[in-house]
Amino acid sequence: MNVAIIRFPGTNCEFDTQYAFERLGAKTQIVWHKEEELPKKCDLVVLPGGFSYGDYLRSGAIARFSPIMKAVGEFAKKGGYVLGICNGFQILLESHLLPGAMKRNENLHFISKFQYIKVIDNDNKFLSATNKGDILNIPIAHAEGNYYVEQNRLKRMYDQGQVILQYCDAQGAYDNPNGSVDAIAGIANETKNVFGLMPHPERACEGVLRSEDGLRMLEGFFH
Amino acid sequence: MKAIVNIYLKEGVLDPQGKAVHHALGSLGFREVEDVRVGKQIILKLRDGLSDQEAKEEVEQMCEKLLANTVIEDYDIELVR
Repeated sequence: MNVAIIRFPGTNCEFDTQYAFERLGAKTQIVWHKEEELPKKCDLVVLPGGFSYGDYLRSGAIARFSPIMKAVGEFAKKGGYVLGICNGFQILLESHLLPGAMKRNENLHFISKFQYIKVIDNDNKFLSATNKGDILNIPIAHAEGNYYVEQNRLKRMYDQGQVILQYCDAQGAYDNPNGSVDAIAGIANETKNVFGLMPHPERACEGVLRSEDGLRMLEGFFH
Repeated sequence: MKAIVNIYLKEGVLDPQGKAVHHALGSLGFREVEDVRVGKQIILKLRDGLSDQEAKEEVEQMCEKLLANTVIEDYDIELVR
């Protein structure tokens, strides 16, 4: 399992992401955004969290035009697996590799806390190590995680199993920290090879961090 | 020539900033405000010699590609000589 982790100016979760994937036994490589090609051996591309280009204009709006993103787009079109975490998710939305867009959190605050999320659909590689309905405890840390997609598109996304994670409380009941449509925390593209989520699974990868649930999520890519 | 680009969240897309500002205006006693939309303005200085038509087309391209996210945002362009 070879994982390429893309680093943009302002990325700050690349080492946590590397640590989590290496705990699972992957070989990782951090790739600078100015590169034009991905490593030859690459089973998964991860766009990690952070504040690429200082979140100027809109989160992810400028990173989307980094040279490496052309290669990431081609990799995704050929069916390669791509995972965007937090700012990485925002970059995938701005790149139109995933549907919808992000707005400022409803309460306008930067929210940083542990948050329960529920697996809505596990019929995809990413969440294949989890069960439908599983409740996971994963940190969130964002100011622009208020996911928006128009209603018709949303319906199609449900039909195609693209809505994969929703925020919830410890019992699995509705909870919506940031105002996202249907409390959506994570989605997939139509072909189920590109994934984005606001929560940070890499920050929940060993007991001392209060949760190992993140490993259960990332493990899917190893199956 | 300058191009002034105004970008707003689309009608029907809830604007959290606008809502907060509306609320604050209400608590200050400004009761006549019915709705607030917060947008951003981008001012571009363009090279001389462009026709209005050329400038408008170029700036439209910029909006579609980068300046606005047309999934959630609308924009308008004003040219000032």
